[in-house]
Amino acid sequence: MTLFDFIQMFAKMAVVVGLALSSVPFLVWFERRGSAWMQGRVGPNRVGPFGLLQSVADVLKLFLKESFIPGHVNKFFYLLAPAIALAAPLGALMVIPFGSHAMVMGQKVVLQIAQIDSGLIFLLAFAGLEVYPVILGGWASHNKYTVLGALRGSSQMVSYEIAMGMSILSMLVIYGTFNLQEMVAWQGDSWLGFIPTWGAFINPIGALIFFISIFAETNRLPFDLPEGDAEIVGGYHTEYGAMKFGMFFLAEYVAMVMASALISTLYFGGFNLLPGFGLLVSWVGGYTDGSPDALQNVKAAFEFVSILLKVGFFLFVFVWVRWTLPRFRFDQLMDLGWKVLFPLSFVNLLVVIFMSYFFVS
Amino acid sequence: MATKTVNVSRPYTWQEKFYLFAIVQGLLITLKHFINGFFLRKHNTIMYPEVKREYSNRFRGSHFISVDKNKTENCTACYLCQTVCPAECITIVAGERESSKNPDGVKKEKRPVRFDIDSLRCCFCGFCEEACPKDAIKLSGKYEMAATSRSDTKYDLIYLKREVKGRG
Repeated sequence: MTLFDFIQMFAKMAVVVGLALSSVPFLVWFERRGSAWMQGRVGPNRVGPFGLLQSVADVLKLFLKESFIPGHVNKFFYLLAPAIALAAPLGALMVIPFGSHAMVMGQKVVLQIAQIDSGLIFLLAFAGLEVYPVILGGWASHNKYTVLGALRGSSQMVSYEIAMGMSILSMLVIYGTFNLQEMVAWQGDSWLGFIPTWGAFINPIGALIFFISIFAETNRLPFDLPEGDAEIVGGYHTEYGAMKFGMFFLAEYVAMVMASALISTLYFGGFNLLPGFGLLVSWVGGYTDGSPDALQNVKAAFEFVSILLKVGFFLFVFVWVRWTLPRFRFDQLMDLGWKVLFPLSFVNLLVVIFMSYFFVS
Repeated sequence: MATKTVNVSRPYTWQEKFYLFAIVQGLLITLKHFINGFFLRKHNTIMYPEVKREYSNRFRGSHFISVDKNKTENCTACYLCQTVCPAECITIVAGERESSKNPDGVKKEKRPVRFDIDSLRCCFCGFCEEACPKDAIKLSGKYEMAATSRSDTKYDLIYLKREVKGRG
């Protein structure tokens, strides 16, 4: 590995991890301000401009709190749970491509941290790890509320993972690859010149099922059953305080970012330029020296902006849905997962297989 | 009377069963409110320390004792308010006013030497105001009565004789 490889890898990691982590305070702020706007309130607006520093102040408070570990917990797993909670979504972000490639000093820099052929498997593995902090945190806390929350949470996440996997499988049949970069490239075409061949347009039912199950995977409303203020206090993180709770909190939002990146990559064209961005690229490209390298860099920059906008939109939808829908009852949640989404995704998978067998090949 | 149960079957239409239409409807409603809040800055919150809520004139807040034009309190220490007070928060010590300080003559011979109200005990029922024959003790519209020490919550005559405009 040359020094250049090392530096470009480090820079990419700094960008992705930095963006994912530094978007969290803003997301928390937006969650609170956005909910306030939706409910005719004002929300936090005292700390900093527009209250933007409110979450910074909250994190500062969490840092300064006493790091207290209750005496009755299983210390190793108790401390392991928040670490996994944060590491799993960050690990999954490593394979998300955020641009085709840039040219730096005549060398090609692929804008994806881990270019592995089985990218989607890697991603699913890390997304599946998100069940562990719920189970470990709940069980290691040695508390009835946390165990109940953990059981509810893990059964919810495991049952929705099936529907999620099925809808991803249907996309695999269409794309014919596990490589996320190739998947995005596949979605780069367009019909009639202006409708992009995004996965959501080819397989809308799969996209819908995936979208619903991703809400359950990230424990967001209307599927936030692992926590329940009314019946099980804080759920699996009842016994956590200070920054250990802060890490769970952080992980929830990083998982949201990861889920948004995943759905925009699989179903909404990934880093492909948004409609109309092609004109922008050629307009900005006119101001460069016109070399293919410079043009490629301009294109990569706009691809990065495109996926950022897509991720931002889905993050907005996460917040939007949270403040619109009430939560499900647990049996309704299981009914929806096993009796509706699972058969539907299975039928959808079969239909996609037949369609691609008869029409594509 | 025996309760009569009538079962009416109201089958869901397929749109209602599908549930997603209702979700989209709900999402549009919250989006409308979001746009109102985000772009038009509409909100129902009263920004409290800067903007204060208007209460009605009949609001019963912090007590005061009305004074005449010579700044002499109208109270004649008749003990009616102390007697009627259900919370027993008023303590009056009566005394005689010096004739040199009493231009009103026999009208204001008696005066309260001490007039203490324990505002933590007071339940703001307004009975003292109703009982007073001289319209001396009144409840103002002031509702910010937080204090940093317990002794500040005991109102003495000097505090009660403060100038109150209108209902305060």
